[in-house]
Amino acid sequence: MFYRETGQFKTNYTDDMAIFPIRQDRIGIAIILAIALILPFVVSEFVLKTILLPFLALSVAVIGLNILTGYTGLISLGSAGFMGVGAYACYKLTTIFPEVNIIIWIFASGFFAAAVGVFFGLPSLRIKGLYLAVATLAAQFFLQWAFVRIPWLFNYNPSGAIEVPLRTLFGMPITGPTAELEVKYLICLGFVIGMTWLASNLVHGRIGRSWMAVRDMDIAAELMGIKLLNAKLLAFAVSSFFCGVSGALFVFLYLGGAEAGTEFAIRLSFLILFAVIIGGTGSMIGSFFGTAFIVALPTILKFGAPAIGIAITGATAEKIVLMIIGALTIYLLIVEPHGLARLWQIMKQKLRVWPFPY
Amino acid sequence: MSAVTSSALRPLLSPALMATLKGLGILAAIALAIVLLVHSGAMPKGSIGHKVLAAPFIDMWDLPDLLVQTLWEGLVAGVLYALIALGFVLIFKASGVFNFAQGIMVVFSALTLVGSYEIMTQRMGLPPGTVVAILALMIAIATMFVLAWLVERIVLRPLVNQNEIIMLMATVGLTYFLIGFGEYIFGGNPKVMITAQLGLPVGQTQFNILGGRVNIQHLDVAAAVIASIMIAGLAFFFQYTRIGRALRAVADSHKAALSVGISLNQIWVIVWFTAGVVALVTGIMWGARSDVSFALEIIALKALPVLILGGFTSVPGAIVGGLIIGIGEKMGEGYWGPLFGGGIETWLAYVIALGFLLFRPQGLFGEKIIERI
Amino acid sequence: MMFKKLALSATVAASVLTAGFAAQAQDAINFVHNTYRTGAFSGSGIPVGDGTRDYFTMLNNRDGGIGGVKINFEECETAYDTRRSVECYEQGKAKNTVLYVPWSTGATLAAIPRAHIDKIPIFSMGYGLSASAVGDVFPWVFNMPITYWDGANAFIQHVAQQEGGFDKLKGKTIGLLHLDAPFGKEPIPILEALAKQHGFNLKLYPVAPAEMQNQSSVWLTIRRDRTDWVYNQGWGAMNPTAVREAARGGFPVNRLVGVWWAGGDDDARPAGDAGKGYRALNWHQTGANFPVIQDIIKHVVDRGQSLSAKEKVGENLYNRGVYQAIIIAEAIKNAQAITGKKVINGEDMRRGLEALNMTEAKWAAAGAPAFASPFRVTCSDHNSQSAVYVMEWDGKAWKRLSADIQPQKEQVRPLLEEAAKAFATSNAGWPARTEACQNNS
Repeated sequence: MFYRETGQFKTNYTDDMAIFPIRQDRIGIAIILAIALILPFVVSEFVLKTILLPFLALSVAVIGLNILTGYTGLISLGSAGFMGVGAYACYKLTTIFPEVNIIIWIFASGFFAAAVGVFFGLPSLRIKGLYLAVATLAAQFFLQWAFVRIPWLFNYNPSGAIEVPLRTLFGMPITGPTAELEVKYLICLGFVIGMTWLASNLVHGRIGRSWMAVRDMDIAAELMGIKLLNAKLLAFAVSSFFCGVSGALFVFLYLGGAEAGTEFAIRLSFLILFAVIIGGTGSMIGSFFGTAFIVALPTILKFGAPAIGIAITGATAEKIVLMIIGALTIYLLIVEPHGLARLWQIMKQKLRVWPFPY
Repeated sequence: MSAVTSSALRPLLSPALMATLKGLGILAAIALAIVLLVHSGAMPKGSIGHKVLAAPFIDMWDLPDLLVQTLWEGLVAGVLYALIALGFVLIFKASGVFNFAQGIMVVFSALTLVGSYEIMTQRMGLPPGTVVAILALMIAIATMFVLAWLVERIVLRPLVNQNEIIMLMATVGLTYFLIGFGEYIFGGNPKVMITAQLGLPVGQTQFNILGGRVNIQHLDVAAAVIASIMIAGLAFFFQYTRIGRALRAVADSHKAALSVGISLNQIWVIVWFTAGVVALVTGIMWGARSDVSFALEIIALKALPVLILGGFTSVPGAIVGGLIIGIGEKMGEGYWGPLFGGGIETWLAYVIALGFLLFRPQGLFGEKIIERI
Repeated sequence: MMFKKLALSATVAASVLTAGFAAQAQDAINFVHNTYRTGAFSGSGIPVGDGTRDYFTMLNNRDGGIGGVKINFEECETAYDTRRSVECYEQGKAKNTVLYVPWSTGATLAAIPRAHIDKIPIFSMGYGLSASAVGDVFPWVFNMPITYWDGANAFIQHVAQQEGGFDKLKGKTIGLLHLDAPFGKEPIPILEALAKQHGFNLKLYPVAPAEMQNQSSVWLTIRRDRTDWVYNQGWGAMNPTAVREAARGGFPVNRLVGVWWAGGDDDARPAGDAGKGYRALNWHQTGANFPVIQDIIKHVVDRGQSLSAKEKVGENLYNRGVYQAIIIAEAIKNAQAITGKKVINGEDMRRGLEALNMTEAKWAAAGAPAFASPFRVTCSDHNSQSAVYVMEWDGKAWKRLSADIQPQKEQVRPLLEEAAKAFATSNAGWPARTEACQNNS
């Protein structure tokens, strides 16, 4: 009843190919965007810094991995490594060419990650499934090692860290310590919207269809004339590009500095894959749900419990949060193996037929 | 003539053996080429070629005792990697689950052992010693059984027939839960393994051979022996017992096994329990070498290259793979690591495994992947 | 019914708690302290956290806080993870903490650029960014009593003493066994400089965080290099493994010297007899024979308010936590004296820290006579580069081995200043110091 496409006629092909063909979807997106724009000015600094910023930064990486895992069917455990490539590339670029705007460099750092991603994606031509997942760990460990071991990457800083310098846009600081959180948030949001739009167009077009064909059965796809080499490597490139941008955002707009090799560790790779699965493979909206699950939930559980009077703090909270996250994951997978995105679809379906059961 | 011999030999030489022989031939040719290059003066001392291709071998020749020691350390590490990999393989074979929680099971089982020993000796006032240690061991084994049963009940049964990546994620969830639970119960501080109390040998023997010394830790010998016994025992169990046969049937086809009356649920509990016991043994061995701490969980990642090398479904693969990775890694780090500034061990194992994988995508011993449209 | 009851009691509890918190917040000094009782480094994190926690609990129980004001001490768990440390920083900021204690190099680096903006001073005791010792550039960051660079310098001095003079170092091979992370790599530049100066060979033995408990190849390399001395810049599970592997590989343990973070009792004890002779640098005493530790036992441990086992009280890393707490408490007292306020804020705390002058009398007054060497913070020197000594593990406890070793300030300080300058230039827009200098009393 609330969500019904009856009466919305498409009279030309352009309408039919629109990203959001249904009016309610367009309204919904507009509302979400409006909320996203107002949000930084109403929530507390704590929420902004510890939940919203990492959520936005990481969601780009989750979309990236979803392109690879959800749309092309290749599992990768090297996402954090590719994020690191993006972060370090951005750092090098902005310290070598400080006059170019940082936003351009954040975007450009994705290309470096893409190049590295293609190289480590080469085994995917021979290996599949979980074998490939484990093989991509080689990328993860090698890159992590390289971040610590190649001092050129962090400009020979004796403490081995990269510190985000002050960069401005129209005279307003956007990175570095003096930048306002709201500004950082809006820049991140801009990137997220842009990258989501890009990803959504990619997966809905010819390229996306070839990826999905490869995912469903690569030999069949090859027989139909899809070049596996191109499709798989392109998926790795695009996915790593997203991860790279996400890494740059993560360090430049969220952390504000990183210790070589510890930020982009294997743990983060698993978290990103985790977000893809929990959110729903092959779904854009699912990527956001998944990111929210891994970023916001632990923080809310950890700091929210004392706020409502459950006096659990410190290490005990950490342990209990881990247990809850673990149990909840298993529960969610049992209830809906296709992720939170599937629950979202079911809800839409319910809205469509409401008040009737079906 | 040669064609005749080779065809006559064919039944004797399996394809795998032929491939090995071929590989050895190529290696010998490379070695000869290096020797020639060094002697002809094409690779002067100090050049990159010399550093990479010749210097490490000269090192090995000059200090044979160190070479033996390195090989031994590699062998021991390899046995331990093989044990972790074995836990993975058992579960993957029987239930198609890539059990990411194997690493935390190693930590958790060892913690249960040490933790219950601590509780019994310190809080309940039982006299420390072998008796209590054995009791603690039994408690740990029982805990692993309960864990296996719960996992089957709560995780596996509702998720049967799901995509492998969903199962992987479920075990990641299990990992998070067990980390939180373990830290909640036993605390986060590292614990000392009760090596002597369990009757495991401590100390070392020094052999003065080859113009140097080779240290053999008694514990490492024990680890190798126990691991071998365990693997032999498992092989026997799989080969000759009724449950073992049922297990192999399940590994071949869930549906066919079900149709002949094999209870999948029962088999899964048994397999997870076996993997738990393997984890416990690994935990004891590794805990005795260093500490029982949550950092040990990362060690389990070391089993992953072993797995892709040996194949997810092959028990001999896990063992051979473990040894190749263990020895390759120690040799690589020891002799070639300094060229990179050291610390290459973390990724070297993966590179070794990838090298093999490019030629055999299903691993050394994995079942051949046949794809049909 | 059951549920209703539960919900009701939860609401009541919540309202009581929040009311209690609000009432407390008005006349208490808030201090959120980072700890890591979970994760890969918990072995080192737990005793340190216990020491600090118990000291403040003791102050609250015994004296009712500091200067008549309760200390609202709260722990925030980071699991040694930078993202969680950011959460803890924000948590501290939201709760008006007077001081941020990051307890990890990564967290320190992430917080340093924000300190002067959020007006929260940072105290990274003997870790973090070495260059932050330069108070003219980093007015909000304190890292007394010593930097890693001084530590490496003191280690070489110790080696020279043992070998019989600096001239004997020539031709020796000295190794740095280090965690392959910024923390571990910190002493490299100073050791390289010293190697050039004294003519010894410096070898680096990195241990990746994933290989902390898998060190056999590193020790094989050490054996091949015939290394004479090894300096262990390790943390967490890496240290006990290093001590064991040294013994396994036949390396004399008394030539393995740990940085102060590698000197936990639990680093040496697990090796058993093989660990006898392991050495570590330290800047304070171990053991429970100090009035302050006895007070902690009496007012906290015996009341069952401590998280630590009684026999662990007085161990080295526990005392490190107490040491940190004494300094913080002293700085709070300073701040109260300077401002005349009872409830201080971050800005006052910064002034209090800058006016720190831990004389022998002050240590004694804090119940810790001869517990640590006196030091003094000045506006330009936020570190003091105090003396360290070498201690040796006798199989049961740490025993003092050497006299105090004074790091060579004249060698280290210029390097610190250079690094601080480099930091300021590479971070465009780093503010010049505007904070007035507090005269030491």
